[in-house]
Amino acid sequence: MESLFFFIFAAVAVVSALLLVTFRNPVYCALSLVATFFAIAGHFVLLNAYFLAAVQVIVYAGAIMVLFLFVIMLLNMGHSSALEVVAGKYRRVAVVLLMAVLVAQLGLMVGRQIGVSPEPGDPALFSENIPYIGKLLYTDFLLPFEIASMILLVALVGVMVMVKKDPAKADH
Amino acid sequence: MDFAIESLIKVVVMLGALLTVVAYLVLAERKVSAYIQNRLGPNRVGPWGLLQPLADGLKFLFKEDVIPGHVNRIIYIMAPPAILIPALMAFAIVPVGDTIPIMGKQIQVQVANVNIGVLYLLALASLGVYGIVLGGWASNNKYALLGGIRASAQMISYELSLGLSLIGVLMISGSLRLGDIVALQANQSLLGFLPAWNVFTQPLAFLLFTVAAFAEANRLPFDLPESEQELVAGYHAEYSSMKFAMFFMAEYASMVTASAVIATLFFGGWHVPWLIQPGDQSLFASLLKIFSFVVKTGFFMFLFLWVRWTLPRFRYDQVMWLGWKVMLPLAILNVFLTGLVMTLAR
Amino acid sequence: MVVPVSYYMILSALLFSIGVAGVLIRRNAIVIFMCIELMLNAVNLLFVAFARHHGSGEGQVFVFFVMAVAAAEVAVGLAIIIALFRNRETVDVGEVNLLKL
Repeated sequence: MESLFFFIFAAVAVVSALLLVTFRNPVYCALSLVATFFAIAGHFVLLNAYFLAAVQVIVYAGAIMVLFLFVIMLLNMGHSSALEVVAGKYRRVAVVLLMAVLVAQLGLMVGRQIGVSPEPGDPALFSENIPYIGKLLYTDFLLPFEIASMILLVALVGVMVMVKKDPAKADH
Repeated sequence: MDFAIESLIKVVVMLGALLTVVAYLVLAERKVSAYIQNRLGPNRVGPWGLLQPLADGLKFLFKEDVIPGHVNRIIYIMAPPAILIPALMAFAIVPVGDTIPIMGKQIQVQVANVNIGVLYLLALASLGVYGIVLGGWASNNKYALLGGIRASAQMISYELSLGLSLIGVLMISGSLRLGDIVALQANQSLLGFLPAWNVFTQPLAFLLFTVAAFAEANRLPFDLPESEQELVAGYHAEYSSMKFAMFFMAEYASMVTASAVIATLFFGGWHVPWLIQPGDQSLFASLLKIFSFVVKTGFFMFLFLWVRWTLPRFRYDQVMWLGWKVMLPLAILNVFLTGLVMTLAR
Repeated sequence: MVVPVSYYMILSALLFSIGVAGVLIRRNAIVIFMCIELMLNAVNLLFVAFARHHGSGEGQVFVFFVMAVAAAEVAVGLAIIIALFRNRETVDVGEVNLLKL
């Protein structure tokens, strides 16, 4: 049962990712990325990371992608078809070569089995996922937690400064 | 297998009940607004107008479904379901009752008691923004786009207060499951006689959550997306018949969900104070608990309707000021105070 | 049957390489940004898969931080793109190759 859901979510994720790369219209790209995020949230649920699945939907699909959509719509790019894929003949060749290298790496990875069998670990991680993660965040990972909040504050202030229109300058 | 069949039946019953309630909520709005304005509402179609939703539904079905030529077809058709589905999905985790004895087994009157209950609600609130933004954009109309972006900016701003005001409740309950939150409120009592409802221990959170729920459901006084229609045009300007009906069903469905969630989180959900001892599992007790939940939710739905026809509408800058400069600091203050009181009480 | 972690490695590598291809091929700065988010998500998936494989919660906590930093990065990156659009009237990365207009 779990492998059936794994393949369904994996197929949705890969197909949406391919659509993301091929659609011309940026709004369609954004919607395919939302579909990818939902598929990955599904994977998180299958991996017993319930908190992360919810946070993935709230943060990525619910906030970040809405921000992307806002910017796309405000810059009014939904209708331009002038933004073409791949200019210059060497770019295509380079991309194909790179993909081939990556696929070769994949083949090597699958060929060499991972020798370690899964360790059971702490069952509280899967049965009471949220209290466990909460405790980890506030004990072992307290410093990164505080630094992450500082990063968010800095980003907030930085965005305000960058997007503010200077009232003295003339707007053309 | 047993679990799948039971869940399927619960889903069908819950959806049927929810859609019926949404349809009759439209009628209730018209009647309530009428009585507030000292007139009678619809009273021709059936006694007291009770068949009016049926007539409205038939009208929407038979109306011509026009898709303007200049819209982006796929997204235009996709936007109304994109806002209706999250509004309906949120009802899956609301505990309507405790357990009800059917055919010898005790069945939980709740479709899914997931361990991330409250986060699931917040996730669905975030997803509600998509339908509006996409509907406004797909209409290929400057005013619809601006209306959609304003509406979604309002919803995003109030999602923050929605989530932060819940943290106080979560600190008290210690669990994200809605079933646990209700059980905690049901099994204790404050000062000996008051039921331990979160509205008594977290009044500020209740106020903030209710105001944020009004903003999330786009109800007056946070009515801008709809009022734009009177002023210029709204995000559903280019929509007709069934798609337009879906936008409005989504708004009423989110009203019902918001009322149910407020009743669950702050007013003890299905808990009947003083009348039923905890552990009573008879059929009468279960039905009384479901009835008490319905009464509480009904009261909050009435509150939504009452406020709409009493208060004037906010301006957009007032909405933003309230959301960011008043409610967000108050929500953070609530978290701080709750933590302080909990630490001192230990 | 538990899905072995090598399946997740393949899926994650596939998503990551699609993201890389997107960054190289596309010319719209916003779509390039979206492909970067796709790469971040591929890595998140792998972190969580290994968290289950090793039975430790650290993988999940790290994903939490990746999401927080990614949110901050998206905000700042989109602000840069908006500022760029205000000055050059385009977000085509092929056309923003001169410091002075």
